[in-house]
Amino acid sequence: MKIAVPREIHAGERRVATTPDVIKHLIKAGFEVHVESGAGAGANFSDAAYAAAGATVVDDTRILWEAGDVILKVRAPEQHPELACDEASLLKPGQTLISFVWPAQNADLMARLAATGANVLAMDSVPRISRAQKMDALSSMANIAGYRAIIEAANQFGRFFTGQITAAGKVPPAKVLIIGAGVAGLAAVGAAKSMGAIVRAFDTRPEVKEQVESMDADFLMLEFEEEGAGSGGYAKTMSEEFIAAEMALFAEQAREVDIIVTTALIPGKPAPKLITAAMVESMADGSVIVDLAAEQGGNCELTSPGEITVAHGVTIIGYTDLPSRLATQSSQLYGNNLRHLLNELTPENDGAVVVNMEDEAIRGATVIHAGEITWPPPAPKLSVAPPQASAPPPVMPAERKRHPWTSVALLVVGAVLLWALGRIAPPAFMSHFTVFVLACFIGYQVIWNVTPALHTPLMSVTNAISGIIVIGAILQISAGSLGVVVLASLATLIAMINVTGGFLVTQRMLRMFRK
Amino acid sequence: MASGIVTASYIIAAVLFILSLGGLSHPETARRGNAYGMSGMLIAIAATVFGSEVSNYAPLMLVMLVGGTLGVIAARRVQMTEMPELVAILHSFVGLAAVLIGYATYIDSTGHLHGAERAIHEVEIYLGILIGAVTFTGSVVAFGKLRGKIDGKPVMLPARHWLNLALLVASVWLGVEFVGSATTGWGIFLLVIMTLIAFAFGVHMVMAIGGADMPVVVSMLNSYSGWAAAATGFMLSNDLLIVTGALVGSSGAILSYIMCRAMNRHFLSVIAGGFGTSSGSGAGVAYDGEVESISADETAELLREANHVVIVPGYGMAVAQAQNTVYEITKMLREQGKEVRFAIHPVAGRMPGHMNVLLAEARVPYDIVLEMDEINEDFPTTDVVIVIGANDIVNPSAQTEPESPIAGMPVLEVWKATTAIVLKRSMASGYAGVDNPLFFRENTRMLFGDAKQSLDAVLGSLH
Repeated sequence: MKIAVPREIHAGERRVATTPDVIKHLIKAGFEVHVESGAGAGANFSDAAYAAAGATVVDDTRILWEAGDVILKVRAPEQHPELACDEASLLKPGQTLISFVWPAQNADLMARLAATGANVLAMDSVPRISRAQKMDALSSMANIAGYRAIIEAANQFGRFFTGQITAAGKVPPAKVLIIGAGVAGLAAVGAAKSMGAIVRAFDTRPEVKEQVESMDADFLMLEFEEEGAGSGGYAKTMSEEFIAAEMALFAEQAREVDIIVTTALIPGKPAPKLITAAMVESMADGSVIVDLAAEQGGNCELTSPGEITVAHGVTIIGYTDLPSRLATQSSQLYGNNLRHLLNELTPENDGAVVVNMEDEAIRGATVIHAGEITWPPPAPKLSVAPPQASAPPPVMPAERKRHPWTSVALLVVGAVLLWALGRIAPPAFMSHFTVFVLACFIGYQVIWNVTPALHTPLMSVTNAISGIIVIGAILQISAGSLGVVVLASLATLIAMINVTGGFLVTQRMLRMFRK
Repeated sequence: MASGIVTASYIIAAVLFILSLGGLSHPETARRGNAYGMSGMLIAIAATVFGSEVSNYAPLMLVMLVGGTLGVIAARRVQMTEMPELVAILHSFVGLAAVLIGYATYIDSTGHLHGAERAIHEVEIYLGILIGAVTFTGSVVAFGKLRGKIDGKPVMLPARHWLNLALLVASVWLGVEFVGSATTGWGIFLLVIMTLIAFAFGVHMVMAIGGADMPVVVSMLNSYSGWAAAATGFMLSNDLLIVTGALVGSSGAILSYIMCRAMNRHFLSVIAGGFGTSSGSGAGVAYDGEVESISADETAELLREANHVVIVPGYGMAVAQAQNTVYEITKMLREQGKEVRFAIHPVAGRMPGHMNVLLAEARVPYDIVLEMDEINEDFPTTDVVIVIGANDIVNPSAQTEPESPIAGMPVLEVWKATTAIVLKRSMASGYAGVDNPLFFRENTRMLFGDAKQSLDAVLGSLH
């Protein structure tokens, strides 16, 4: 199977769908990889590096598309500026395209892709189930976007993030508010925190509180009874009252913080407007807003997607290509996501792609199967945080309840047997037997509560004690016949090994137990 | 020495033994317990040696000295990781001693007794030798298995249960013949035949038990050695032997039972041998998914970021002798303010409490070493779990697959932690021969290699 990786043609896109590192793995998995010349230039991967990793570098775009059984891309197909044709038109039946597609927003593109008769897997449609996490490109890209958002903000912000007291004066720490504690939000929390800022985060889903606090940031609570978690671990639209309370909180925070990073997105809907023009106005001059939702219209009213603007003295960053601005890292992670998906697609590990529509992860990602639109998929069976799956009942079998009569019967049988024995056995034997039975019970009582940690010393001490058999041997050693003496001597010898060895090794062991 | 004083000494010794076992049930009193045991033994032996029945001192002193010295040497030399082997081989000595004493008693005492007394005496001898012989060969085979000289896999002879039954019937029949035997010669002959049968039975019994059940076997043999001592006590009419033998016998049996319960296994089915191999249906389940390996550096990185760490040692740690490195890592992490604890499965290792002994040897304080029940519910809040050479005791299929041979066995739920790092030499299955889906989990990372070397590397990059 051949994999073809074309150069990204979207203006400003620096990412590439595979890297030399990933290619090594792909080749090991039985694929042949073709890369378009210059594909990795924006992400600092040279053609030579690709060739060195084992890929074939192809100059001609059409030949490349022609050759591939699987086409790996970052951006969805679009009009090719040099070939003057749509990338979708280069697809043919039997080929499989894997890239971001955004089927909900791009009905037009979906129709064109379906017309080609190819398979299309959308990286943005990989379901959010735990098994598919390794192919979840949205998460890996969001992680990068969150990190980069802080870097961009720091670049525009005129002060330190961390507070310092220097000879030249005191520097207050920057206060950062992160709205939306998803993957991107948490990454932003981490980055801002590690630069020394005071970080607070807000999210409509109370269950992320713990995650925010685990990163040592403050979680802003809204005293409100409403669950913000939709299916698949995403947020959902909230009620009006909730939004009013939320806006009041943001307005209050806006006056206080220096940097706001918004990451609020609701799947398939325009981004909610959370930061109004009035809030921007209330912020101190020199403050920075990074709007990670710019592509979906922005969380801030004044965001202009793709640009940096300044309004009321506040810098508003509306970049829509943050992952692309960290192209080496995002190409590496995206490439790994693709590689994991390809591994799932080749169950035999022989490089033969099988689109198994029974597999939940693959089913979710496949938006077009052999020219037929298969989007949207049935709802995912498991969300990221499954609502506390009922724990499997402990498999310990219930203590078998003996029927009361059983134990009575056992006692009776035992007693009868004892009487029978007592009738024939001499009294001396019966007295020994008494001792025997009582000792058994003592052993049982003494051992029952032993700490498991001491099982080994206990066993070695009981072993040493069972060396008491040496007494039997000692008693016989003075008997008349030579045979008996020899046997008894031998028995004494080995039993003595047991006695001294057992006790001493127990002592050695116990000496080691300490608090 | 008057016989009254001897008896009194025996009573004191018996009490001391009971105190000894009682003391051993808690770490704080354990050392005192061992001291009780030693003094009990000393008193008992001294009382016997200086008692009225012993006159032949020269050979006695010689063999006691030699045997005692050998024991001291063995106890000094043994590595803590070889503990199970030592205990097993010591059990075999008790068994063999019981056999020898049985023969000696028979040769010595025939002709003195008559009627029911004689019959009972002969039954005692017969049983003493039988139990002793089974203990002897069983322990030797267990020793071989633990040493790795004999394959750990259960050896299943066809129709083994019938074979066992045949051996049993033969023993009973021989016993009846023996009790009725007129001459000592014929009696000895019958005894020898029976001894051979019992030897064969001991070998067969332990051979059929899989390596994973070895802890139970060792403790069961411990119990047998006690019964052998008790039987010897009966034949010699010695109450101290009876008491002590019964103590050891019943405590060993209880210990085996406790362990079986920990594995959720039936005592009888363990003794009958070869669990899980008869059905074998669950072993065929194949797990798809990817095994993600991890390097020592990455492991160190994870540990550095973790706050709560749990270490699950298994037999692999014993084999690699990695306990000291484990503690070095523990110490280092604890100095950094992280919480590090150990989770011990009741049957981890090849002997009950095996892991505790090894960790104690490495000077790991016992209050951070926890039992399965104490720690199982903490796994969801644990950042990193390090599983060192354990397999079956962390196998989730015990809970999820009713078909699995280990179904129902309580296991350490390490997969609930954020990340589980499994140190293993290869992807081979554990002693139970069951595949482990844990290795294919999303949050599991495999650190392949010898546990000692891997951990040394982790320690190195932690520095």
